[in-house]
Amino acid sequence: MTSTAPEVLTLPEPGKPGVRAQRGGGLGRYILVRFLLIIPTVFILVTLVFLLMRTIGDPITASVGGRLSPQALEARIHAAGYDRPPFVQYIEYLGQIFTGNFGRTLSDNRPISEVLVTYGGATLELAFYALIVAFIVGIPLGMLAAYLRDKWPDAVLRVLAILFYATPVFFAGLLLKLIFGVWLGVLPIAGRGTTTTELQMQLLPNKTGIYLIDALQIGDPAVIGDVLAHAVLPGIALGLLTAGVFLRLVRTNVIGTLSADYIDAARSRGVSEFRLVRKHAYKPALIPIITVIGLQIALLLSGAVLTETTLEWKGLGFMLAQYLSARDYVAVQGIVALLAVIVALSNFIVDVIAALIDPRVRY
Amino acid sequence: MATVPATPRRSIWQRIPVIHQFQQSVGLQRGMLVGGLVLTGIFVLTAAFASLLAPYGFSQLKDASGAFDAQQPPSAKHLLGTTVGGYDVLSRVIWGSQTAILVIVVSIVLSIFAGVLLGLVSGYIGGWLDRVLVVVCDAIYAFPTLLLAIVMSIVISGGQSNLLGGIFSAAISITVVFIPQYFRVVRAETVRIKSEAFVESAKVLGASRGRIMFRHILRNATRTLPLIFTLNASEAILTLAGLGFLGFGIEPTSAAEWGYDLNKAISDVTSGIWWTSVFPGVAIVLVVLGITLVGESLNDLADPRLRTRRRAIGIPTMGTESIVPGGSPSALGIGAVARIDEPEARS
Repeated sequence: MTSTAPEVLTLPEPGKPGVRAQRGGGLGRYILVRFLLIIPTVFILVTLVFLLMRTIGDPITASVGGRLSPQALEARIHAAGYDRPPFVQYIEYLGQIFTGNFGRTLSDNRPISEVLVTYGGATLELAFYALIVAFIVGIPLGMLAAYLRDKWPDAVLRVLAILFYATPVFFAGLLLKLIFGVWLGVLPIAGRGTTTTELQMQLLPNKTGIYLIDALQIGDPAVIGDVLAHAVLPGIALGLLTAGVFLRLVRTNVIGTLSADYIDAARSRGVSEFRLVRKHAYKPALIPIITVIGLQIALLLSGAVLTETTLEWKGLGFMLAQYLSARDYVAVQGIVALLAVIVALSNFIVDVIAALIDPRVRY
Repeated sequence: MATVPATPRRSIWQRIPVIHQFQQSVGLQRGMLVGGLVLTGIFVLTAAFASLLAPYGFSQLKDASGAFDAQQPPSAKHLLGTTVGGYDVLSRVIWGSQTAILVIVVSIVLSIFAGVLLGLVSGYIGGWLDRVLVVVCDAIYAFPTLLLAIVMSIVISGGQSNLLGGIFSAAISITVVFIPQYFRVVRAETVRIKSEAFVESAKVLGASRGRIMFRHILRNATRTLPLIFTLNASEAILTLAGLGFLGFGIEPTSAAEWGYDLNKAISDVTSGIWWTSVFPGVAIVLVVLGITLVGESLNDLADPRLRTRRRAIGIPTMGTESIVPGGSPSALGIGAVARIDEPEARS
């Protein structure tokens, strides 16, 4: 009979973890919470951009002020609704963004959403090439540096990583252009394809704007080769920047995991030092990299603006620079707001992937 | 207060950040630290003595013998050639260091003040203010640096300006980007330190809120700031150059700015004129390299997992790890790496 008392006491115990699992754990719940967090982030950024851009007055004066008579200017401002109270404009702006309408550009009067669709693909493609370069260069070199830690190749690789980071992408672009385009003359130095290619792309019925996919649709090896040749320099220029970050990150994290107990255990079983790095320490070291890729998206977008301007890669960044010099701040505001949404979304996706791989992240 | 200071464990000389780390460093790590310090030193000296070093003024277009020819290759008269606008490249590169250092100093001083203050107040007081600030800073932090700087630069200067206006608009644009970084670090430290016993004691003794924040917490929350400082300095240069490259820099007649010069050199490259782009570009690379080497070395030396130890050279890593006494240094170090790697990862 005395044994029943402890049993009663232990009864709540098995229930407890179950309750905890319902409350704290659960991938679905994590994804939901993380997804809801996008809303304030995007809201704050969009509001910030709106407020900042309005502090300089209305965009029409900024764009064409001085070139029009005061009356004509007044009329255009009124037509565009910039003479209404800022709060009304703000609410309208939020509503527009919610429905995917980012307004029309001032300089060439196109819907901004159309600009985004037309040129977004190019930026996406460039970011894709850059990430490939970054993975191919950064991860093996980072592992090598960790393996040869504190020997001279490690020092060389680390300085190399800092050099990649220290070189502004536009300078890297200019140097590559100079060396491979002008001096060696082996690679095209501007644009995304030759005129013939561009024409064929235009004629394609269901074009994606991503030239690699379009070229595969055309199926002409010459066109595919041309598209890829044009992608080499921009891809490298932007990719090396990220490669430097990856190299350092892989090195630091592999060194960190190399001191874990299970590595000691493997080492004591006689696993070779090289195999330790390649097989045992490498995978756990990749988790922080996945998280950092999220931050890299922001860096890639900043870099894309500069790379595209340098190498005339007609993507969102190139257009942004064009609109900036045309003082078309409506277009600038639209592109910046869209990029904010992209950054927030991609951070969300990266966090979900990280949570799928590493359950500890879910807390 | 007129209290007698406790006997210092290390002399004042050794407590100066970089000096201490220098003595701590060994082998290749010392080499990288020294290399970085040398490059940074050259940069600072060049900026300080620009007027003596530069053969011409940054906006000088002619001398006694007449106007400079445009796009001249390097020669005895123009050691690094001339630009498309007829400026002397060497002089522009040398004067550019002055602009760069001014922007670094102004932006970092501003962002340290704003970021540290916000982080301290937010972390200590907490509540809704803290939550709002954290969400806002996280949102800004996730945003592409350069885009934010562009927007700020449009707001501040309308995109173009003279020397002082240009430097301040570039610096403030960069400041806004950096504030969240200082905010996050200082806030996290403040939240941690707030619950330490010595803060409780100070409260019990009746110290005012301000005194606790600035005397007890601030002094303990700023340990990792030198690391962020060096990393932000290099980021500031890259952002300034990026702004200049997109045409948001400083007018060539007001000051020399490397990013602006590179922008003007884009078309030169196509016709094989290399000297107008290579030299300003190399200047940016070397300065960022130098400052980052210093920052990287400081970061490694603060992290026991990454620090090479004098007595442990040649011993496998497992040996070094067991030497580390207690958890406190590694806790600091790991935290520092996590925090340092992030801001840097997004230039």
